[in-house]
Amino acid sequence: MGNILFEQTTLKFPGMPRPAVNQVTCEVASGELVVILGPSGCGKTTLLKMVNRLYEPTSGRISIDGQDIKRLKPTALRQQIGYVIQQSGLFPHMTVAENVGVVPKLLKWPKARIQARVEALLDLVKLPPAEYCDRYPAQLSGGQQQRVGIARALAGDPDYMLMDEPFGAIDAITRSALQGEILRLQQQLQKTILFVSHDVDEALRLGDRIIVMNAGRIVQFDTPFNLLTQPASPFVHELLGADDMVRQLGLLPVNAAMMQLPDHYQNGNKPVVNAVDNLRDALSLILKTGAPELSVVKDGEPVGLLTLEHIRNCAVEANR
Amino acid sequence: MAYLVNNVGEVAALLWQHLQMTLTTLAIAVLIAIPIALLIMRFRWLSIPVMGLLGIFYTIPSLALIIFLVPVFGLNATSVIVAMVIYTQVILVRNLTVGLSGIDPAVLEAARGMGMSWWQRWWWVQVPLVLPVFIAGVRIAAIVAIAIATIGAKFNAGGLGKLLFDGIQTNRIDKIWAGSITVALLAFVINGSLLWIEQRSRPTAQKS
Repeated sequence: MGNILFEQTTLKFPGMPRPAVNQVTCEVASGELVVILGPSGCGKTTLLKMVNRLYEPTSGRISIDGQDIKRLKPTALRQQIGYVIQQSGLFPHMTVAENVGVVPKLLKWPKARIQARVEALLDLVKLPPAEYCDRYPAQLSGGQQQRVGIARALAGDPDYMLMDEPFGAIDAITRSALQGEILRLQQQLQKTILFVSHDVDEALRLGDRIIVMNAGRIVQFDTPFNLLTQPASPFVHELLGADDMVRQLGLLPVNAAMMQLPDHYQNGNKPVVNAVDNLRDALSLILKTGAPELSVVKDGEPVGLLTLEHIRNCAVEANR
Repeated sequence: MAYLVNNVGEVAALLWQHLQMTLTTLAIAVLIAIPIALLIMRFRWLSIPVMGLLGIFYTIPSLALIIFLVPVFGLNATSVIVAMVIYTQVILVRNLTVGLSGIDPAVLEAARGMGMSWWQRWWWVQVPLVLPVFIAGVRIAAIVAIAIATIGAKFNAGGLGKLLFDGIQTNRIDKIWAGSITVALLAFVINGSLLWIEQRSRPTAQKS
């Protein structure tokens, strides 16, 4: 496992007035999912593509796990970095199994190992191998294609993943489901992930931290919560819609706002929320059910109570 | 028909010559067209001058083109084959470049991003994807070559054209029939088999 380190990384395309990526210095920690967020043309994709050397920086350095990537052979470097792109980029002439097996084949794994790996990965992304192995990409829905794209990127068991707006061309419902899958996979696999997005809600939901870029520079690099509550500039404030209180509530867990269970507590028939759910879900439950308070549970045991007032206090506290 | 049946040996020999000329032409033409197409893909600005030049060659009447070549290569099959190679270039190069630029850029980027070398991208991705379009080009080129090879008889190159020209000169309708039926059959068979290969080579043909 390792980190990704950018040092004064700059890339200026010939004939362009300003560098696409300008003096970027930052570190993505091992096992962290970092979203690069920004408007189109801000250099987020360019920054991503320098990591697997699809672009070469004009100056500065990028290293993974302490090793300067310039010293590695591009093909060898790329084989140890999973890569997922927007239009899935699946090979139309290969079956699902063959697509997923490409990197293992490049790494010269024995056939039996490749087959076992392909089946395990298809299970992981919830496409039953028996049903999907022999299908062609054209026979899959957009969401299924992107699941195969993710499985394919994971095939060589890379420590790093680069994801270039992987869900940009997918309908809202499927996108939300796939974001959930990414969170689930990341909990399980703990890869170091760089994820490009222009969707604020996606960035807030997925990112452990978010790099906000504008005009080739990093404007702010922080956790979703800090970006919303302490935006470094009016640009960040506006880009993230930091005034949107409901958006903030989506980042606060219920157990940050709830009140401890009173001594002689009797759980009437109160609606129940989980302690790790966010306050946005809790708020909508209160509004939907009309209940004055919610019972907070952890591992099935009641641990606290939550009222509208608790939520409001918590939101006020966060913006102080 | 009677001539065809009574002179199977002679017709077969001429058919063999005809087929040889056609296949030699296609083999050479493909070997030249692939590097030209790759150059055009690499340097896009070459497309207009190269395709323009090949297009101009294509408009020269075949008889005239072969006559041009006789002083260089002599009165034999070589001149005819060279002419046919020149003719088929425009078809092959166009089909190759259209096929190659028709490949989804996302697919090529994925191939690169996953760590395939140039060579692996060519053989694992580009060749299988361009194959159906390419074979379609070879098919059309083959038909053109079979037609032009018929004229080759005038230039001492042999082939089924010999039956036609002999027939016309000696007023032997049966020879003309024998020649044209055999050429037509040859064209049908070559077209049919290449069409079959073309359909088999479509990426998702295996599924249904």
